[in-house]
Amino acid sequence: MKKSIVPLVAGAALAVTAVSASAATLDDVKAKGSVQCGVSQGLPGFSNPDSQGNWTGLDVDTCKAIAAAIFGNGDAAKFTPLSAKERFTALQSGEVDVLTRNTTWTMSRDTDLGLNFTGVNYYDGQGFMVPKDLGVSSALELSGASVCTNTGTTTELNVADYFRSHDMDYEVVAFEKADEVVAAYDAGRCDVYTTDQSGLYAQKLKLTNPDDHVILPEIISKEPLGPAVRQGDDQWFNVVKWTLFALINAEELGVTQDNVDEMKNSDNPSIKRLLGTEGSFGESIGLDKDWAVNAIKAVGNYGEMFNRNVGPDTELGIERGLNKLWSDGGLQYAPPVR
Amino acid sequence: MAVQDVLPSRKGSSGFSALNDQRVRGVIFQVLLIVAIVSFAWWIIHNTAANLRAQGIGFGFGILRDSAGFQINQTLIDYQETSSYVRVYFVGLLNTLLVSFIGVILATIIGFIVGISRLSKNWVVAKAAYVYIEVLRNIPLLLQIFIWYFAVLRLLPAKRDAIDLGPFGLLNIAGWYAPNPVLGRGFALVAAAFIIGIVATFVLRAWARRRQMATGQIFPLFRVALALIIGLPLVAYFVAGFAFANPPFSLEYPTPGNFGPRGGLRVFPEFIGLLMALSFYTASFIAEIVRAGILAVPNGQTEASYSLGLRPGHTLRLVVIPQAMRVIIPPLTSQYLNLTKNSSLAVAIAYPDLVSVFAGTALNQTGRAVEFILITMATYLTISLVTSLFMNWYNRSVALVER
Repeated sequence: MKKSIVPLVAGAALAVTAVSASAATLDDVKAKGSVQCGVSQGLPGFSNPDSQGNWTGLDVDTCKAIAAAIFGNGDAAKFTPLSAKERFTALQSGEVDVLTRNTTWTMSRDTDLGLNFTGVNYYDGQGFMVPKDLGVSSALELSGASVCTNTGTTTELNVADYFRSHDMDYEVVAFEKADEVVAAYDAGRCDVYTTDQSGLYAQKLKLTNPDDHVILPEIISKEPLGPAVRQGDDQWFNVVKWTLFALINAEELGVTQDNVDEMKNSDNPSIKRLLGTEGSFGESIGLDKDWAVNAIKAVGNYGEMFNRNVGPDTELGIERGLNKLWSDGGLQYAPPVR
Repeated sequence: MAVQDVLPSRKGSSGFSALNDQRVRGVIFQVLLIVAIVSFAWWIIHNTAANLRAQGIGFGFGILRDSAGFQINQTLIDYQETSSYVRVYFVGLLNTLLVSFIGVILATIIGFIVGISRLSKNWVVAKAAYVYIEVLRNIPLLLQIFIWYFAVLRLLPAKRDAIDLGPFGLLNIAGWYAPNPVLGRGFALVAAAFIIGIVATFVLRAWARRRQMATGQIFPLFRVALALIIGLPLVAYFVAGFAFANPPFSLEYPTPGNFGPRGGLRVFPEFIGLLMALSFYTASFIAEIVRAGILAVPNGQTEASYSLGLRPGHTLRLVVIPQAMRVIIPPLTSQYLNLTKNSSLAVAIAYPDLVSVFAGTALNQTGRAVEFILITMATYLTISLVTSLFMNWYNRSVALVER
């Protein structure tokens, strides 16, 4: 009964505990001295524990930035690995304070699930991976294929839409944990592995012979991935939202992990406002004036975070693509601090 | 009041001494307990509703009519992506019942064989059964499911080549593609003949029993039953085939396709893996129950039976097992319930059972945890109660009748 009971327990917890958890999350977080983040159970580049149990990745860094903005220290971030199926109940029930777990922002989740998405830390899209010896070069040649994926994701719906709209047959084999999807795909149970492209790059590393597999060019969906918090707590929503925006603004303004201290002396008013030497933007979200400085010191700006975890020089080797700043032709755009 | 009628001497005594009365106290405590339970339930429901409202999460079962939008590979009833969540529920429920039902039968058969072997005088057989029981019941079920599933997968050839089983279809990593039975026009006749055969066998058995009681003559029931149940439909088959000029029953074989075989009756490796793990695991517990049941029958019964001239096989079947059954059945019921509930581990290996597709995928797509978990819990409760009722009925029918 290992995993299947979790929604039940979380559901029961939701029934009993949620009143205290639904408001004033920031006070709760400050009182307990750490931020509890829901992350994936092991997705290289996004959130993955190493042999010492230290978590690394883009989503992990997002959480560390939030912790640093509040406590001045990125180590105040704690992680709860969650399956796709468990994640929303865990957040709703107050088991975690924020979900930094490659979660697609959709309308129903934003409205009917009682969540608020705070922005996008990775623009993604769903793709397909196939063994090279299948001789397939386009997803349109996949009629009749069996497709391995995770349960409880938008992936299952997108793949259904895609195959249906192209009038192709398929068979879905849906596992609860990503590790089992990889194992089954590796064993040859399925012809195709489908999930967000970032996930494909990450999971490919876990295959016996990663070079024998190829990711097809088609991207069949929009998957804006970002942190989510519970609805009804505007203060906490603002903290998480503006921490992410601060990291993106920092990249745009050329503030990095190394130069953040000297940048405090900058004459640029935008930088001054971001780094708390002008105005009181930290106070307005219930934090110190150094909130952004601390966040940047902990994890660097958005570009540094991207390059360190998933960028071209890492094992995953993902190009910035859509995740470039708006000023470089990408989609990453943060409202100004003013 | 009843208390005063029974105890007239207490008439006129003070309220304080009424509290000392055991029956009065019993009533008071029961009332208090009921009040406590009802208020606890009210508090839970009220609190849940308030929390759901506060967080802006909807509540209601209307969402079950929405279309699901995802695919399920193994469905016993017709299912499309456009089907509603209600249909998802039934697909999941039937898959759960299928694997549980076959699992219960397999586990019972294996459990009885192993349990009886455990008591065998043959040293090797007894020890083999002992090792089986100790190993299987001490390894967590989830692990066994993984071992079975991935062992099943590793043994089988890749998707695009398959082992040709001849008349039994094709076998590869994506499952067993058995020949699919296609029913022709005359099939009803064959089915009718089959049912008549079974009914006739029961009538015959009753008659043979009565005759044996009266005269002591043993009727060769087995051979005649075989002729009735298999022979009769066979005759009907040829008659129907001749009358309608096409066979009432034929097999459609799978054909190779670019992504593995197509057509045929598909048995998924997820199903095989889960079924094997559940059956062998539960069988190890059933074996111990059977052993305990047999040991509970006094040895004198066996000796008495031998002295009447019954052979060991007959002794076991006619004397020992029937008496052991009344010890075996109550714990056996628990094992059946366990097997059914354990089938919810299916989600780990992608078998689309109720928990996986309904309390899993569907719950996640809608986010309505409270509704979906309530329905799922009620469903498992119902399955358990029905199994329990059936087993209790069976238990009463085999219980020792004291005269």
